[in-house]
Amino acid sequence: MTDAIRAEGLVKRFKNETALAGVDLTARTGAVLGVLGPNGSGKTTMVRILSTLLLPDEGRATVGGYDVVTEPHQVRRQIGLTGQYASVDEELTGTQNLVLIARLFGFSRPGARARAAELLERFALTEAAGRAARTYSGGMRRRLDLAASLVGRPNLLYLDEPTTGLDPHSRNEMWDVVRGLLDDGVTVLLTTQYLEEADQLADDIVVLDRGKVISQGSPDQLKARAGTQVLQVQPADPGRLTEVITIVEAVSGAEGRSTDTTANAAVTDRAVLPEVVRRLDDQGIALAELTLRKPSLDEVFLALTGHPADDVPGGRDTAPATLERTTH
Amino acid sequence: MNAATTTERPTAPAPESGPNTAVRITPAATVQHGALLTWRSLLKIKRNPEEILGLTFMPIMFAGLFVFVFGNSMSDGGWQSYRDFIIPGIAAQSVIFATVGTGVTLNTDIEKGIFDRFRALPVARSAPLIGAILGDMVRYVLTVAMVLIVGFAIGFRPESGLVGLVAATAVVMLFAFGLCWLSAFMGLLLRTPMAVNIFGSIWMFPLTFASSTFVNPENMPSWMSAFATVNPVTHVVDTMRGLLLGGPVAEPLLWTAGWTLVLTAIFFPLATRAYRKRA
Ligand SMILES: Nc1ncnc2c1ncn2[C@@H]1O[C@H](COP(=O)(O)OP(=O)(O)O)[C@@H](O)[C@H]1O
Ligand SMILES: [Mg+2]
Repeated sequence: MTDAIRAEGLVKRFKNETALAGVDLTARTGAVLGVLGPNGSGKTTMVRILSTLLLPDEGRATVGGYDVVTEPHQVRRQIGLTGQYASVDEELTGTQNLVLIARLFGFSRPGARARAAELLERFALTEAAGRAARTYSGGMRRRLDLAASLVGRPNLLYLDEPTTGLDPHSRNEMWDVVRGLLDDGVTVLLTTQYLEEADQLADDIVVLDRGKVISQGSPDQLKARAGTQVLQVQPADPGRLTEVITIVEAVSGAEGRSTDTTANAAVTDRAVLPEVVRRLDDQGIALAELTLRKPSLDEVFLALTGHPADDVPGGRDTAPATLERTTH
Repeated sequence: MNAATTTERPTAPAPESGPNTAVRITPAATVQHGALLTWRSLLKIKRNPEEILGLTFMPIMFAGLFVFVFGNSMSDGGWQSYRDFIIPGIAAQSVIFATVGTGVTLNTDIEKGIFDRFRALPVARSAPLIGAILGDMVRYVLTVAMVLIVGFAIGFRPESGLVGLVAATAVVMLFAFGLCWLSAFMGLLLRTPMAVNIFGSIWMFPLTFASSTFVNPENMPSWMSAFATVNPVTHVVDTMRGLLLGGPVAEPLLWTAGWTLVLTAIFFPLATRAYRKRA
């Protein structure tokens, strides 16, 4: 089977920055491709190019075999897009939002109403169907937005940070929804800032940093590279930190890092914990703290790139909506 | 979608229950998409209290205030004669102000990513713009109708009857069509809806007041009178008065048509270009 997406050497420059600096990426048909990267790494730009909203400056990309630049209409017939900011029509009801899109897809009037009802039901919005989307909660808007992107029965669905800003409950709901899509045989390209989300949902992960792919592979391969967990040890006597680092490095096999008081190292195997405790004990080092925790995205990035995720000039702050869109 | 359109997907669902997108965008598809997005634009009138208020309360207030506050002082014939003079002017003024809304709505839709949603669908690229403009043309007609209804309620009975009313409405709509491209251009050029609202309406004050809308320009200082004489709004209002109350029509109509042509010739290409760049 052909790949759902094939992108080669995509470059996109904005006035004074390069959002994509030559990205190659492939999405296997029927699988979930997770694009993982911090704010400003180029995820949205990537999605906008692949959904024909933005033209690349260099490189080429095909979606379902069609070129995004020369055959945008054919691409649009294949895809569904749920952007980073839920773009529902606030003044229209849930039903009206979906009926409109179904009609634009060429559904008959009754066909459009039936499709809208079916999707509202599926996303637990039936009760709110007759209300203006303005009155919906954040989670409901995301679900309506997602429903809107499924109206045309796409072969390929783009989800740009579908859970950013959602509470943990809504996030779990969204994950279930995405898993449900896969049963329909839809190929999904999902962008996220959360390693855990990519781990949960994606079959393949591409890690994007400053507009470049810095790592790719299965979640397991990636975690093997970055460590699944972080071992954190704080000696009661800060003077013994150097000894602690030596032990932590020896046991984890990873390069240790430290703050003023604490030693950190990425670990893949929980069994290191008792081993570290034993060796610290042998040396007579008393502990103030010993924890095993999930790595933050920063730590994953540090492991993969050698630099933290947030030291890029121009800032990594959540870009305001207006910066995310094409302006010129 | 018409029968000629097909889908390339191997398992094409029946048109009744499934998507049925054209392989190519045909003119017929463009018209259909444009019509659907016009419907979308009109659905919003019902749902937006501000719009309903703008469409009803504003004309009532303007017509009522101008006729009864200034009426007796403005005309030897009493407020009734000022009423007949001013109703066509208020109709024009209301529509001209309503064109600002076109730019504001466009800007809002783009900023909220609504147009992105449409642009990622297999629909004609121009359809969202067509829908926005056509929907607003309907709003303009409703605005004129509302002013005329208020006028009717306070005794405005133009000699020319229904034909005159329809003709006068057509004239102001013609001009509004030209002007809405200016507003659309601003909506696509400026960053925020707020900016569009401010920059869009600032011009509207001199344009509508320094004209024959409320008083005869002959009574203005000569420099302002000179401006009022070339002001397109003067020509629009004069044409409407001619059609409704009797008086010269041909000359102001020609000027109105000329201005509309100029506005459209300049701002239609600018707006569509800005649309292609931004939306
Ligand atoms: N329309 C635009 N104009 C100027 N710069 C932009 C625009 N869109 C994105 N950028 C810049 O490109 C970079 C990548 O942005 P984006 O693709 O939105 O990243 P992400 O979605 O990963 O947060 C950022 O530095 C951003 O500021
Ligand atoms: Mg983004």
